[in-house]
Amino acid sequence: MKLLKLVPDHTNIDFVRLRGWAFGLTLLLSVLAVGVTFYKGLNFGVDFEGGLMIEERFATPPDLDRLRDVVDAQGLGEASLQQFGDPRTLTIRLPVQEGADEGATNAAVKKVETAIGQAFPGATFSRYSTISGKVSGELIRNGVLAVVLAVLGIGLFAIVRFEWQFGVSTIAAIVHDLVMTLGFFALTQFEFDLNIVAAVLTIIGYSINDKIVIDDRIRENMRRYRKMDMREIVNLSVNETLPRTVMTSVTILLALAALLFLGGHVLRGFTAAMILGIVVGTYSSIYVSSSLLITLGLRADPTPEKVKTSAIDNAERVAPRTPRA
Amino acid sequence: MLDFPRWKVVSIWLTIAVLCALAIPSLLPQRITDSWGSFPHPRINLGLDLAGGSYLLLEADVNDVATSRLETMREQVQTEMRRQDPRIEIGDISTRGGRLSFLLRNPAQVDAARERLLAITGGGVGMTGQREWDIQVVDSSRLVLTPTQAGLTQAVDTAMGDATEVVRRRIDELGTREPTIIRQGTNRIVVQVPGLQNPQALKDLLGKTAKLEFKLVDETASPQQLVAKQAPAGSQVLAYPTNPAGIPLIAVKRSAILTGDQLTDARQEFSQQTNEPQVAITFDSQGGRKFAQVTRENVNKPFAIILDNQVISAPNINEPILGGRAQISGSFTTESANALAIALRSGKLPVALKVVEESTVGPDLGAESIRAGILASAVAVALVVAFMLVTYGRFGVYANLAVVINVFVIVGVLALIGGTLTLPGIAGFVLTIGTAVDANVLINERIREERRRGRTVSQAIELGYSEASRTIFEANMTHAISGIIMFILGSGPVKGFAVVLLIGIATSVFTAVLFTRMLTVQWLRRTKPKTINI
Repeated sequence: MKLLKLVPDHTNIDFVRLRGWAFGLTLLLSVLAVGVTFYKGLNFGVDFEGGLMIEERFATPPDLDRLRDVVDAQGLGEASLQQFGDPRTLTIRLPVQEGADEGATNAAVKKVETAIGQAFPGATFSRYSTISGKVSGELIRNGVLAVVLAVLGIGLFAIVRFEWQFGVSTIAAIVHDLVMTLGFFALTQFEFDLNIVAAVLTIIGYSINDKIVIDDRIRENMRRYRKMDMREIVNLSVNETLPRTVMTSVTILLALAALLFLGGHVLRGFTAAMILGIVVGTYSSIYVSSSLLITLGLRADPTPEKVKTSAIDNAERVAPRTPRA
Repeated sequence: MLDFPRWKVVSIWLTIAVLCALAIPSLLPQRITDSWGSFPHPRINLGLDLAGGSYLLLEADVNDVATSRLETMREQVQTEMRRQDPRIEIGDISTRGGRLSFLLRNPAQVDAARERLLAITGGGVGMTGQREWDIQVVDSSRLVLTPTQAGLTQAVDTAMGDATEVVRRRIDELGTREPTIIRQGTNRIVVQVPGLQNPQALKDLLGKTAKLEFKLVDETASPQQLVAKQAPAGSQVLAYPTNPAGIPLIAVKRSAILTGDQLTDARQEFSQQTNEPQVAITFDSQGGRKFAQVTRENVNKPFAIILDNQVISAPNINEPILGGRAQISGSFTTESANALAIALRSGKLPVALKVVEESTVGPDLGAESIRAGILASAVAVALVVAFMLVTYGRFGVYANLAVVINVFVIVGVLALIGGTLTLPGIAGFVLTIGTAVDANVLINERIREERRRGRTVSQAIELGYSEASRTIFEANMTHAISGIIMFILGSGPVKGFAVVLLIGIATSVFTAVLFTRMLTVQWLRRTKPKTINI
């Protein structure tokens, strides 16, 4: 049986040569992403904003203007409506009810449900949640803390296991992934809630996974070809790991695609964030973290630690594909 | 490479068999596993987002604890100074500024007063030996008690522990299925009740601090006085929403006959004569004596049952009630009688709890999410399996076996540790399926590479596994770091996601590296191939 090969053998793409362009493009995109995040802001979910969120399912797609009128008539503050998944499912968001003991919120939920039930027969409530401003503040704090700690922890791990340049370039790449994800959420105004923080952390985890594999190969090649120019080592390593990078990304994207289309509407934002993160993460593994190693002046140690020797390591090696410097 | 000892093979299969077996109960319908009786059948719990139900986050105000502690201390000081001979006369007692201070009438008694204070302010907090209160003497006759942070922390801790118990008892009374009540942090309680149809009833029950008192009704108050909220001397006007007289107010004597802590039991039952719902209450011996005395003196007069300064019922005393057992009848429905019984029975919450976060998921949405999640997982597995098969052939089959076993093992481990599967957990599951093959991709790509470099089949496989193993370790370690952080800092759904992710990382390394290696070695030994199709 002829097996599928997504990436042909012996690729020799000169990733490093394109580095200048890639840095420029990355920088431009990052600036744009930061700009759009500050300018438009994120559409925080009820987890972070505090407030009241009700999800209703209607028998037929409702007339949004009429629905808005019905909800606004309850005098609970300005409602924001959002289609969620299919046109029959809508979320209604209301600000935190003042005088906010639990009674006020409950009364608000009841009021809205009753009013909608009357105006739109066949509407059923699917879920609601309310979060006070205080808790939402903590959730934001914990979310940010989790992301920062994850980045630091992983950076530290990379520094301990590899060398400082790997740690720095890895952190830079993660920050890049984060900025891009935030920019994406600001641009599309998809709801940014607690689940998205989980998605972001997963992106970090995955993206790191990807970078570590390439870093690992760079380290291996640095030991194997001590005299080779760093640019060539990076190029060689990225090319050598390219089949794996592509294969893994494709399998994960296949799994995530199943989740995106079949996993139900509640997880859609979460899945979209992860898909974006995988694409961005794969890009940054090749163009940000690996290339940055060269800029940071990593070079093969002239007196490296003794490489673990085994019968096979001492066996003859075929010539490397790239010309030696 | 080729020596894969038999004991290793046996233990790998055994581990897999055990973990997969653990998954079985979770995959069978509940009614089947229920029929197994005492045979152990750990099941995965479904999170509220999947099962439907209510989630409440309750928070206590720490300042309330501090205030009530100060009040208690004030009463204690007043009693203690009078209790023993010689009595120590005190005055000008105040709790302003969060401190208790009072003046000694006779400055010569300072040392004696100090002695007595030491006795009631406790020896110290836990193992640290820190005092609960600092005692200071100011101007030789004023004593000041300042609560220490350690003492306060312990008081809050105790209050929250008690509150959690009260909440648990109250929820158990509702008779709902498998509620989860967990203390969180210093001053919070998480309540999760799956499948609850009416979260309002739950909150009504929890919102009450249930300070229960029995007082005599002051019948001299005129309706005009009531409306103006003016009570005769020695009485007070309280709200009485269900007053059959029409005015939602009633006047009661200020001093309580009995308080809730003298009540030992309360339950809803039906009257033998009229078959109407009523509430039967039982007092302890001291309370029973007091109740007997008061009812003997006040036959044909009403007394008020007061919960949190609101009168919930004002039954008439038909006859002296001796022996500490009474029944309250009136215009009860079964529900209202039951609610009163629960409120009477479940005791006083030591602190007021406020709902700071709440969510309710309808059962339909939960069921739909499960269906969607299972479908997505199945399709994800199918896609990944097909893709691995066309890319790596035989090695793809091994990797696929590993993935499928991994799915079962994750379910088994989750059931074993009593983990909860949430909606993001399903996402974690699907993601794990995607990443689980990464280890095999790394190994297989490495084998391809080594083959291209001209290595023999067994050398290439050996190198593929050994070189890739290090990379797999590094990569999974970093992945695990983010998982651990998510687990520690995440709440609710995020935590659920992290649990699945962490289990997935651990099990996938086992199945992807060890298990496939075993299969590969066994095949190599059997066929000794000269070339491999990879």
